[in-house]
Order: sequence, then C-alpha cells, then structure tokens
Amino acid sequence: MKAVTGNRLSDGAVVYLTNEDQWTEKFANAARFVTEDGPDVLAAAQTRSAEIADVYLIDIDEEGALSGRAVVRETIRTLGPSVRPDLGYQAGGEL
Amino acid sequence: MYRYDEFDATMVAERVEQFRGQVARRLSGDLTEDQFKPLRLMNGLYLQLHAYMLRVAIPYGTLSSKQMRALAEASRKYDKGYAHFTTRQNLQYNWPALVDVPDLLDDLAKVEMHAIQTSGNCIRNVTSDQYAGAAQGEVEDPRIWCEVIRQWSTFHPEFSYLPRKFKIAVTACDHDRAAVKVHDIGLRLYKNDAGETGFEVMVGGGLGRTPYIGQTIRKFLPKDHLLSYLEAILRVYNLQGRRDNMYKARIKILLNAKGADDFASLVEKEWAAMDAKDVDLPADEIARIRDYFAAPEFEPLPETSAGLDSNSTKNKAFGRWVRTNTHGHRAPGYAIVNISLKPIGGIPGDASDAQMDAVADIAEQHSFDEIRVTHEQNLVLPHVKKDDLYAVYLALEAAELATANIGLVSDIIACPGLDYCSLANTRSIPIAQRISERFADLGVQEDIGELKIKISGCINACGHHHVGHIGILGVDKKGEEFYQITLGGSGAEDASIGEIAGRGLSSGEVVDAVEKLVGYYRENRQDTERFLDTYRRLGAEKFKEALYAAA
Repeated sequence: MKAVTGNRLSDGAVVYLTNEDQWTEKFANAARFVTEDGPDVLAAAQTRSAEIADVYLIDIDEEGALSGRAVVRETIRTLGPSVRPDLGYQAGGEL
Repeated sequence: MYRYDEFDATMVAERVEQFRGQVARRLSGDLTEDQFKPLRLMNGLYLQLHAYMLRVAIPYGTLSSKQMRALAEASRKYDKGYAHFTTRQNLQYNWPALVDVPDLLDDLAKVEMHAIQTSGNCIRNVTSDQYAGAAQGEVEDPRIWCEVIRQWSTFHPEFSYLPRKFKIAVTACDHDRAAVKVHDIGLRLYKNDAGETGFEVMVGGGLGRTPYIGQTIRKFLPKDHLLSYLEAILRVYNLQGRRDNMYKARIKILLNAKGADDFASLVEKEWAAMDAKDVDLPADEIARIRDYFAAPEFEPLPETSAGLDSNSTKNKAFGRWVRTNTHGHRAPGYAIVNISLKPIGGIPGDASDAQMDAVADIAEQHSFDEIRVTHEQNLVLPHVKKDDLYAVYLALEAAELATANIGLVSDIIACPGLDYCSLANTRSIPIAQRISERFADLGVQEDIGELKIKISGCINACGHHHVGHIGILGVDKKGEEFYQITLGGSGAEDASIGEIAGRGLSSGEVVDAVEKLVGYYRENRQDTERFLDTYRRLGAEKFKEALYAAA
C-alpha cells in the first residue's frame, strides 16, 4: 500500500495526505491507498504546488505501518531526528 | 577583520529584498517548486527531511562576537535554539520556516552576514586555516587572499553557472589545517628560495564518489597574480568541464582525464592569452584589504605564565585541556584556544544559542573579539593571553564547552546524515556518539593520541570519510544501515585517500571494530607514532586482520 507525503511549503514540516484531501502532521491520520492508485493520487497531489514542496509516495504495509527500503528514512521523518528526541513530532506525544 | 564597504552592504541588502520577492511569489503559487528551487539554492536554502535548512556563509571561518551573538539570536528567533557548524566553516539552521527566511537574512545582513555562495554551481565560500593570523611559522595572513578571492568570485558573471560547485581553500603554513589538497583548488602560500612570497597551486582534489588528492599545476605563482591565474583555471574548467553527467562534472574529473601536465598547459595558455592586469588587483587595493587583517595589538609579554603553570598543576583537568586544546601562538605569552564542539556523546558541530552567546562573551573579553570556525567542526579563540587561560577554561566549562579532546578519538567529523539530510543513506551522528561514549575516558584518549575519525552517511562524503585515519561510510543494504570502514586517509599535508578495509559492518558492529583497530595500534605503535604512522609502517593487511579477527 501507499501513502502520500511531502513537506509543507510554508515551513517545510513533514505532512501526509488524509482521506479528506487535507495535509496532516500526524502519520496515523494519513490516507492509505492501494498500490495501483498511487500514481494517480500522487499526480493530483503534485498539482497542489502552492501548499506543498517535494511530494512523493511511501510504502505502507497491510497494517498501515511504514515499510519497504526507505523505512529508516521515513520513520525518522515521521518522528524527528533520532538524535534529538526533544524535537520533531516525537516531542509532541501522540503521532 | 574585514568590514563591508558600501558595495558589499548594498549588494547583500538588495539580495535579501530580491529573495523576499521570490519567496512571496512562491508562496502565492506564482512560482512552482521547480522554478523556485534554483533560486532558493542560490540563497543557501535547502529542503531537508524535516524542514528547510539555511546555510549561512562564514567567510574563511572568521566571526566577531557581534556576529556570533546575531547567529545565536537567529537560532532563538527563527529556529529551535541551536545551530550546526559545518566542515566548510559555515553554519546551518535546521528548522527555519520558508516564510521567515527573508527576515532571518535581513537580521544577518545587519551584522554583515549572508547565505550567498553556500550552495549552487558557483565558487563557494572560501575556506582557510582556522589559526590564520595567529599561527607560528605563517608566511602572512591567508585571509587577505581569501578576501581577495571572495570579492572577485561573488556574483562573478562568468562563473555563476559552472558545471558543478567549486571549492577553494587557502593556507599559509607548512602544516595544513585547511585540507587544501582535497579542494577543487588548494593554495599554499610560502616563501621560495629567492625569498619571494607566492602560491603553490593545487588543482583537482576532492572527496565524494570519486576521491582525488589535488595535483600541483604550478609550483610557484607570484602572489600578486593570484586572481588572473585563478581566472585562467576557472575558464578552462568552465569551457571543458563536463556538463552531461553531474557525477563527472567536478574539475577533478577534467584534470585527471587530461592529466595534470596537459591541464596545466591549458591553464598556462589561457593565462598567457589574457590581459592579467585587467584581472589582478592593483597594489593599493591589496594593501587596503591587507589593512583589515592587521594583527591586533598584542601586549609585550613573557613567553611563560606563572599563573598558567600553577593552575595546571593544581587543576589536573585544566592541565589536560591546556595540553590538548591549546596551541602555540606567534606572539609571546599568547595561546590559541580550541573550543571542542564534540562533548562526549554529543552531536558533532552543534552549539546551543546559550553556548554561542557564551563564546561571544569570552571572545570579546579575552580574544580581541575574534572567533574562528574549523573545518573539523570546532571553534577557535585565536588570541588568548596565557595568563587568561584559566579564566577562559572556567568560562568554557560553565558553558559545557571545555571537553579536552581536540584531535583525539572523540573529536569526530560527522555529517548530519539521515537524521536531517535528504541525500543520506544512513545515520552518522549516532555512530559518532557511540564511539565517543566508548572512549569517554579522556586519559585514555590522550594516551591514544591523534586519531581522526570521519563519518559520512552517504557517498557524497560531507563527513570527509576518505581522509579519516579511520573513515566510516554509511551504505544502505536493502533498507538496513551498514557501514564501510576505510583506513589510512589524511586530509593534512601528508594527504591520502583511505583504503576500504573489507566487508561492511552493521550498526552494532562499528564501534567494536573501531575499538579493535585502536587496540591493535596501541599494542604495535613505536615511540611517539600516531595511529596513521603505525598504519603506514605496518600496512593495511595487519590492520584488516585485526579488524576482522573473530572476537
């Protein structure tokens, strides 16, 4: 499965596309797409250029968790720098 | 220190306003990300994993206290209360919002700072010896020539769209602290047998996926011709450097494809064809720049300090810090102080706003208002009276900046790695932290002696792993972080590229591997040999055997 992520244009924060077509900072609220729908969803997200920079698809497993080759990178994006647990989303509690 | 003239001030102010307009157009949707990206990069603004990153230029690594305070203030106002000093003597903010960056740059412009030439395919911010103007045996202050290069290269219309980025470093000492042999151009200022001062010109050094040591294309260039000769090199590169493949676009590839001799002839031919006096600075302009770097008024002092000797005996930790973190100064009774940004278990190169303010205060009081940034991600107070060393030490200790480990095993260069960087394959900082913790005992570190560990989280080699005595390169192995060890590199005057030791190691194995290498060295070293000396004497095989020996 796939989810859509990117960095919010105004401040660069990591965000995910929701089922309501909004951007959320919480990975738990990210919409999950079947892999075949990925390219279309991504193409639609890429048109929202005034909201988002650098948008792309990430791999999600059947349970909705991050998976695939980029799992370390995407986990760090979801949480914040592993060497600064006081910063990033991990510092705010619920993800 | 150099002070802006009206041209510098206007140029920087106009650049901020231009960028403010570009940001506004991006935010309104008038510019797409593809259109905006090259514009933001020309202003040092990257997009990293978690946020934007702004790289601020610190020309040749020299800062005043006022500038350091402004950097600290910006970290509070626009970032998260800290900043990161880099291997190019610059500073990076990790969390600025795009909407705030024009204001941030405006604040920095007020203290004569900017982010120009910190990104893009231009001549980047010039780097130098952090001991410039203070070092014993220095021919003259290399920053004079760095400033000459800065003025010539900033917004140079011919060299704003080079095939790839271009880095120049200048030293004026025999002992190279500026890693000049791994720069696109390395310049060593020295006096020839006739007593004239000029540059040895080295070209084509570099790290990254294809590491090379620079080759000397001119043994002696009279210093007054520096700019015309640099222009000839850049012109050859600009015309003949490859633009079809970004991995082959650096000058090192061109020089090595042609051979150093042929490349040198091309440069000489270009140089002969140009009217050098149109490019070289007139003597009065060089003199004007030179005046900015006049030495501070050192007090006439005896070489030794009774207070220093007695405090070193009374306070053992201070004594150790004096041995490891201070360095001889050209003026009697003065010392160069190195401030380690490598606390045990800390993040190499990071400093909090409070620490930056503390360094500014100490420099104002004890070092003629001057601070330097080193390419090894530390700071320097260049001119401290030996009588003041104890007070400086206590002030640094209060700011948690007195780790006595300069040049030792825990003084590690590490790139930001996958904790911040969108190019990285693996993390670097946690490896540095764990090595530092393993060798936490400063007495053991001092016994091990000079040992340069350098860690990069990808093949771009921002952590200089190729020139580490022990280099560590992170590689992605099917989604897992692995690390390749290289041995025997050096970025100093005895520059060499490290050799790959063998199979990659898991994150859990790396620290043990470093400990085995250090153990083998301690058992086999002779006299005052450094790790690198023992490695070079015994050869790679012995160390590889020790590294991969079953536990």
